[in-house]
This record gives sequence, structure tokens and C-alpha cells, in this order.
Amino acid sequence: METELTLQVDGATHRLRVDTRTSLLDALRQRLGATSPKKGCDHGQCGACTVLVGGRRILACLALAVAHDGAEVTTAAGLAPGPDEDHPVHRAFVDHDAFQCGYCTPGQVCSAVGVLDELERGWPSAVTADVAGGPDLADAGAVDREIAERMSGNLCRCGAYKGIRAAVAEVVGVAEGARR
Amino acid sequence: MRPFAYATPPDAREAVLAVAERPDASFLAGGTNIVDHLRLGVATPGLLVDVTALTSAEIEDLPDGGLRIGAAVRNSDLAADHRVRARYPVLAQALPSGASGQLRNMATTGGNPLQRTRCVYFQDVTTPCNKREPGSGCAAIGGATRNHAILGASEHCIATHPSDMAVALAALDAQVQVLGPDGDRTIPFTDLHTLPGSTPEHDTVLGHGDLITAIDVPALPLATRSRYRKVRDRASYAFALVSVAACLDVADGEVHDVRIALGGVAHKPWRAHRAEEALRGAPATDESYRAAAEAALTDALPQEGFDGGNAFKIPLLTGTLVSTLRELAGEETRT
Ligand SMILES: Cc1cc2nc3c(=O)[nH]c(=O)nc-3n(C[C@H](O)[C@H](O)[C@H](O)COP(=O)(O)OP(=O)(O)OC[C@H]3O[C@@H](n4cnc5c(N)ncnc54)[C@H](O)[C@@H]3O)c2cc1C
Ligand code: SF4
Ligand code: FES
Ligand code: FES
Repeated sequence: METELTLQVDGATHRLRVDTRTSLLDALRQRLGATSPKKGCDHGQCGACTVLVGGRRILACLALAVAHDGAEVTTAAGLAPGPDEDHPVHRAFVDHDAFQCGYCTPGQVCSAVGVLDELERGWPSAVTADVAGGPDLADAGAVDREIAERMSGNLCRCGAYKGIRAAVAEVVGVAEGARR
Repeated sequence: MRPFAYATPPDAREAVLAVAERPDASFLAGGTNIVDHLRLGVATPGLLVDVTALTSAEIEDLPDGGLRIGAAVRNSDLAADHRVRARYPVLAQALPSGASGQLRNMATTGGNPLQRTRCVYFQDVTTPCNKREPGSGCAAIGGATRNHAILGASEHCIATHPSDMAVALAALDAQVQVLGPDGDRTIPFTDLHTLPGSTPEHDTVLGHGDLITAIDVPALPLATRSRYRKVRDRASYAFALVSVAACLDVADGEVHDVRIALGGVAHKPWRAHRAEEALRGAPATDESYRAAAEAALTDALPQEGFDGGNAFKIPLLTGTLVSTLRELAGEETRT
């Protein structure tokens, strides 16, 4: 069954007709040419399809396009502030060799942007010692554990985890420094 | 995937009627379970009724000091709520121990307890499964049983319930607010899920068209000292092998009151009433905690399986329960 909807992707508004069965991921990749989100597993198990919807990270493979009429979607390709500029997370990934083949990278980058926001809001995670108080960003060891836990929904088949942790830690540190 | 229609009725009442009148209709919330099942062919609805905008996305204070959690509240927002973190740490810990950050931003309070088992045979339409196809048999019995039940299973189904949040809610005496074709009702959370018996196709007591509108967590002062501990094959982003949700009130070295629910052991989040009874009035010692674990597991029946079976869950759960209670009692003496 076909349905019509509007999606805002990386700042551009699109009107499209899709089958109700179409995932947000397939709508982005196959209908709108937004190919930075990747299809790894199509079952919510790898994080390669991570995008930001209304600023929050979600998995585009388990989202039905029809249920996201009017959504504001940001992909890793749309994070850059300008045409020849990098987002700080992009820059940190390059600086820390946080990828090898690059297939998981757009999902990792969107997830990292989500993690920064969640830390900023003081959301607890499964490794937060004091759930009521929130994550302890002053302790580097705690920050590393928080990053590993919060990024665990993004698998990397090349095993670039060491670089990914370092890249995210750098951006967390910069954000934390800017806040002080 | 079977074609389906998609509807967003104007309100919850209309949504209930829309599903009730079509046997092949289903509710859609965050989609993290049902969309996977559409793709796997495990669910084949002809109509999806999206309820994310029709139930509350707010967490309200109840007059007794408890909280009413709207069915559309996302798992991540619930875990982040300051009232939940202060009053019900066990819930604030259970939520982020499940799934991933992306999934928790999608998953809802109504959908989470209604997620279906992760039994691999249930998810594989090429194998017999009484839950997916009543009467077809159970491929898990004698198959790979590492993740299966040790309590309350039947000869028809040995699946476990996969939710972490639900284990915490079972310990907290939560109540489920339901809107059905015949009106509203309230169901104690511990009565929501059923044991498989001879009808494993049912996971819960809800009828077709019954919509969860909210979950209430009552005031429970002892829950300020509570904890969720989950044991799994990898440190994150994996379902529980076993888990423990516990609230403990110790006074003068004695257990004054306690709530315990166990995950990964049964077709439902398992409220361990026998362990609670064994503990009330007992000295707050490892011996008591071990006796409580024994009481909880009196009827445990491990499954054999070609993967080595699941007898390991008995010592694993015992150790997890003892250390969780010990930690909670330790917090108590420090304050
Ligand atoms: C890779 C992966 C890992 C995961 N790991 C974990 C984990 O470790 N721990 C854990 O607990 N969970 C885990 N999950 C499961 C996840 O938590 C659930 O899929 C989620 O909570 C379901 O909520 P939802 O809103 O997305 O439900 P949906 O998928 O939208 O719906 C689920 C079911 O509930 C019904 N439904 C939804 N809302 C209502 C309502 N208000 N009233 C009546 N019926 C309703 C639907 O019809 C459907 O049958 C994992 C999922 C994935 C994909
Ligand atoms: S354990 Fe239950 S869900 Fe798994 S195959 Fe058997 S009947 Fe199906
Ligand atoms: S493609 Fe979405 S999680 Fe793997
Ligand atoms: S860089 Fe290759 S999968 Fe992560």
C-alpha cells in the first residue's frame, strides 16, 4: 500500500510516495540518495543505519518511513556546518584513525553526536556509578567506560574501537572544557 | 513482507476499536520489535495502528508519591527522569542495561513489556514453534537451550521473557492501565505476563485490541535502596542470561522488607515471593541471602540441550542474587 509523506533530510525538504513497508533507511538510501547511513544487518543489531531524528539518535532500519512523516532527519553527511567544513566529530574520527573500511563510520559518527548530547543532559548509563547524580565527566577512566558503554550499539567489523573511543573522548573533553 | 495498511486514528479509543474489529491488526509503538518481526515473517499484520501519538508521553506524579508513566514515554526518557533515578534506582538501572542508546530512544513504555521472546526458533520461521504456530512443536526443547527458562516452563514452550525494564517493574509492584474495547481496567504488573502452559501463543492476559495507556509505579520507600544487576555473554548490548531486581530495607542487621524479581529465568518476569518471605525478619547475612536464592529456585528445572543446556543458570542466579543483596545491605550500613 502506498502512502505520501514529507521528510526533511539534512536541511532539504522532500515529498515522496512510499510503500508502507519501506523503512526510513531504504527511503533515505534508495529514494532520496542519502547513502551515508548504511545497511549492516537490517535488524537493529549493528548501528550502521544510525541517524538523528529531531536531534536524537535512532536506528533507521527499524523505523518505518510512514511513521516518520514530517521528521527532521540528519545523517552523518549532513552534520557539517558548511560545504567545506567538518563537524568536530568528523575531525576527531580522522585525527584518531577511528575507522578502517569506513562502512560503520557514518553510524558511529551520528551515534557519537547523540552520546555528546546525552552526556550533556546528564543521562545515566548502565555503567554510571551514581544513577541519581549522573555520569562523572571529571574522571577520565569513568568517561572512557561511559563512552564504551554508550557506543556499544555500534559494531565495527574492522575493530577500530580503540580509535573510536579516543575520538569520542576528545570531543567529550572539548565539550566539557567549553562548558567550564 | 505482507503488505499492510497504516493508520493513525484521532484518539486511543478509536485505535482500540480499529484493532479490535480486525483480527489481523496490531498496534505499532517504537517499532523496534514488531518491525523486526515484519521483516522476519514472524508477524504478518494487515493493519498497523500507530499509537505513539495517542498515548501520553508524560511522566506524572501520583497523589500517593508514585509515578504514572505514559505508554509513549521512550525508554531513554524514562531512565533519565530525575524522579525515577531518585525514587526507583532499580528501574533507572534496568532501562539503560537493555538494548542500545539508539533503540532506547525509540522503544516505549507500552511496547517494552510486550516485546516477544528472543528464542531463536521463534524468530526463525523455518523451525517448529508453538508460540509462533500453535501445535507445530517446540524446536527449543532438546535444541539450544542456553537462553531458556528454568522456572515455570511447560512441555509446549520453554521461552524466557527478554525485557529488563519488566523485571524492575515486577519488583516495584507496578500496575498496568489498560484501555480495551469494553473500557478501562488496571492489571497488577505481575499478572500481566502468563506462563506458557498449553497456550504459549499468548504472552500476556491482554486481549486483542487491549491497549496499554500507562504504567503506574506506586510509592515504595524501600525502593530508594534498590538495584538491577544483569549478567550476559558480553558486557553490553546483549540480552540477560539472568538478572536480578531487588529493593532491600535492613534495620539493626535484620531484613525489614524486601522485593525481588528475577529475569532470564521464565516466560515472565519472575517475582520471587518465596525468597522475599524467607528474608523478612532474617539476619542480613550471606547465609540468609543464599537460603533465599534456594527458596526462589526450589522448583527450578534446568533444560538439557546440545549447547550444554542451562543448568548453569542456577549457580549463576544464586551468586547474582547473593551479591546484589549484599551490596544493597552494605549501602544501608554506610548511611
Ligand atoms: C538488537 C536489539 C537488542 C535489544 N536488547 C534488549 C535488551 O537487552 N533488553 C531489553 O529489555 N530489550 C532489548 N531489546 C528490545 C527492545 O527493548 C524492545 O524491542 C522495545 O522495548 C519494544 O518497544 P517498542 O515501543 O519499540 O515496541 P513495538 O515494537 O512497537 O511493539 C512491540 C509489541 O507491543 C505491542 N504494543 C506496543 N505498544 C503497545 C501498547 N501501548 N499497548 C498494547 N500493545 C502495544 C505491539 O503491537 C507489538 O506487538 C533489544 C532490541 C534489539 C533490536
Ligand atoms: S521455546 Fe517457545 S518460543 Fe521457543 S521454539 Fe519452543 S515454543 Fe517456540
Ligand atoms: S542496519 Fe540498522 S542496526 Fe544494523
Ligand atoms: S571501519 Fe570497517 S566496520 Fe568499522
